[in-house]
Amino acid sequence: MTAGEALLEVTDLRVRLGGVDVVDGVSFALAAGERVGLIGESGSGKSLTALAVLGLLPPGARVTGSVRLHGAELIGGSDRELSRLRGRELAMIFQEPSTALNPLMRVGRQIAEPLRLHRGYSRQAAARAAVELAAAVGLPDPQRLVRSYPHELSGGQRQRVCIAAALACRPALLIADEPTTALDVTVQAEILALLGRLVAEAGTALLFITHDLAVVAAVTRRLAVLRHGRVVETGTTDDVLRAPADPYTRELLAAARLTQWDLPTVDAAAAPSERGPDVPSPASRAASRTGR
Amino acid sequence: MNASARALARGVWGSRSGRLGAVLSGLVVVAAVVSLVWTPYDPTRVDPAASWAPVGTAHWFGTDRLGRDLFSQVLVGARTTLLVAVAATAIAAVVGVGLALLATLPPRLVSEGVAHLVDVLLAFPVLLLAMVLAAVYGGSRWTAIVAIGVGAGIGLGRVTRGEVRRVLGADYVLAARAAGAGTGRIVRRHVLANITPTVSVQLSLILGLSVLTEAALSYLGFGTAAPTPSWGRMLAELQPYLTLRPLTLLWPGLAVVLTVLGFNLLGDGLREAGDPRLLERPAEGAGGAPRTAPAAEAPAIASASRARLPWARGAGRT
Amino acid sequence: MTAVGDRPGGGTSGGDTPGGDTPGAEPLFEATGLGRSYRLPRTSPFGPPGVRHAVRDVTLRLADGAALGIVGESGSGKSTLVRLLLGLDRPDAGTVRYRGRPVVPGRPRALRWFRREVQVVFQDPAGSLDPRMTVGAAIAEPLACLGVPGDHGERVDEVLRAVDLDPAVRGRYPHEFSGGQRQRIAIARALAPRPRVLVGDEPVSALDVSVRAQILDLLGQLAERHRLGLVLVSHDLGVVARLCDQIAVMRDGTLVEQGATDAVLSRPAHPYTQALLAAVPRLPPPHEVR
Repeated sequence: MTAGEALLEVTDLRVRLGGVDVVDGVSFALAAGERVGLIGESGSGKSLTALAVLGLLPPGARVTGSVRLHGAELIGGSDRELSRLRGRELAMIFQEPSTALNPLMRVGRQIAEPLRLHRGYSRQAAARAAVELAAAVGLPDPQRLVRSYPHELSGGQRQRVCIAAALACRPALLIADEPTTALDVTVQAEILALLGRLVAEAGTALLFITHDLAVVAAVTRRLAVLRHGRVVETGTTDDVLRAPADPYTRELLAAARLTQWDLPTVDAAAAPSERGPDVPSPASRAASRTGR
Repeated sequence: MNASARALARGVWGSRSGRLGAVLSGLVVVAAVVSLVWTPYDPTRVDPAASWAPVGTAHWFGTDRLGRDLFSQVLVGARTTLLVAVAATAIAAVVGVGLALLATLPPRLVSEGVAHLVDVLLAFPVLLLAMVLAAVYGGSRWTAIVAIGVGAGIGLGRVTRGEVRRVLGADYVLAARAAGAGTGRIVRRHVLANITPTVSVQLSLILGLSVLTEAALSYLGFGTAAPTPSWGRMLAELQPYLTLRPLTLLWPGLAVVLTVLGFNLLGDGLREAGDPRLLERPAEGAGGAPRTAPAAEAPAIASASRARLPWARGAGRT
Repeated sequence: MTAVGDRPGGGTSGGDTPGGDTPGAEPLFEATGLGRSYRLPRTSPFGPPGVRHAVRDVTLRLADGAALGIVGESGSGKSTLVRLLLGLDRPDAGTVRYRGRPVVPGRPRALRWFRREVQVVFQDPAGSLDPRMTVGAAIAEPLACLGVPGDHGERVDEVLRAVDLDPAVRGRYPHEFSGGQRQRIAIARALAPRPRVLVGDEPVSALDVSVRAQILDLLGQLAERHRLGLVLVSHDLGVVARLCDQIAVMRDGTLVEQGATDAVLSRPAHPYTQALLAAVPRLPPPHEVR
């Protein structure tokens, strides 16, 4: 059976919202443990694709097509069936860790919530697990931290809490929707590294949704580029980012490279010759400024 | 009537609740205006022969124990209701917005003092205020108006304070300050415009509330004085006969309920129609071709700039 | 009527234009020893109130027509610094000077001379435009507030064209535009009084990648064309590197490193700058040159 190879198989997914096909025939697949990036700008339908996989679309959205997890169809499944999967087989982390957490619940309880819900952990067992999970995601002083409220944590710590909760049940698939966009660059680097390590350890597949090509380069093996609800290009991350085939991907990359500059320590020899004509080095640009 | 007022009226009429509210509120206004020139009977004329006359062609709503025509009383009562509601709401608007601004704008000594004063005054019930005023100045429409206006204004001030604070903290106010705008301009151009949705909903609730409070005050004898007809006093006078003549109570009761409903619906309609962000919705229903056009043009503007035209165009001009 | 590119002579702007109009000769805009702290709520009823130094001893200089980038992560105090530079907040220590005159927050009228020459573009174009004001009214606001002479309506059309928008959009409301278009409107508003310096507080960080590139290009072109000085505040090193020749790295309210962009990026001296540079995710180099 072919479905056995793919963990998640999305075929011709369409989401109609307000009379518009916001997702317009998207197909892709993920093998177990694989990391795939979904790239797109705002309005590309990337977040709705993720929500459709989880069955969490806003009311009024109409979904057609097929989403198969372990070969079992999710589209059209009852909310009860889906909620049994969510948190156990499928998990998600969001862009804004501050709004994804309940402000009135201690973070320890939120981390262990999936375990109590799906694994029937007792309160004591869940509390112990929460401390372990908090330690696993690198939160400082986990014993004390699980007893604090979300507002007492920094943005990066809150995202760590979300990751801990999402991975608590060792789901087969983690969907991360712009998980580092709201974070500082240095924190982003830490979170990306953590995410990469944890999904590898847990054997979880990762669907990483972002608008940031450089971020996706750091995390995923393969990627799909979305535009206006359609996949315009797929391939290995390296191929797509080094030699994009689709004009839109090229445009996106050119735009992204505008704010990339060359780090002499990394690739001093290669970079200057490979730079596109419309990407002047800071030096030449500065020269043009002062020379005018 | 200028263009934006006409657009506002169209917007109100475009939504179902706005239209119903406008019709009901309009009925009250028509009743009040008609009563100035015509009523079937003098509403205060006592006619013992017609005591408890039934509903019919002679007396559309029947008569009370003294034989006074109920339809005429309801018509004239609309005048009282409208006057009290509008005047009290106007006072509430001035008091409420004024207090909210005083409680948020510098100097800090004033703003904090006002903020605390409002919190304290909030604990003081409107009915009690009216009774105190009535005890000192005698019960009249004007004591009712002032009591309702000030009482509701304090509540409005408390709600609006947070709203003013929100607007003052918005980036566009910072941008306006960076553009050189002073406090006066920021209040006039930014704050007042942006608290309007919240304030207008509150005012429409106050409009309805003041109808009810006026009726309650008149019912208790602190509001409109004896000969002037008022829905509240009608209710007070007819209430002892509730079990004997239930239908007579229906008319003033219905008048109060429909008026309050009308004002509240009108307030909803005004709020929706006055918000530029919600403009598209009614316009779509009413053949909104001009509204949908910008969305269609937008990508064209963006793609033009993507083609790196920006400067070439302006350069030709110099 | 003067076109977009022309600036009225020094006479209208405060009157005391010093002779040194040559770029780089003397700082146009400078901050010396700038500090601002906030009192924190008391944690115990008896302890002293806590103090947070949002900005501490910051000294910056901007030559006429130069571009200075200030890089910092959240909580570094860069937003407070922007407010201080713009005279929107009063420093506890130090001074801000523009053309040698102190910029002191006070009555709006007293700062007119400064605001005509220094304008700002904020991060979130959705938040920095009043939702209840038409585009035309928003752009005309600084003209009216600053008492700029001339036909305001005509000027609004000019700056809208300058940011590549159709002047016909002036009657519309901000919500009818995309994020990039809204930021163009905010830039048009800043350009309206013909400023000499444009301050950008994270002007592109709320935008999509491709739109970000367009807006950066636009800012660069405008700066070049009008010989605008730029102060660009961002968390994104790439954005700053793209437009600025000078760069200042901010952390916990202080400047940890300052210098020419190329020097700082290629030879970062401070460990924090090094960490910041190392943390930026990189794209793999392209296989071929198109």
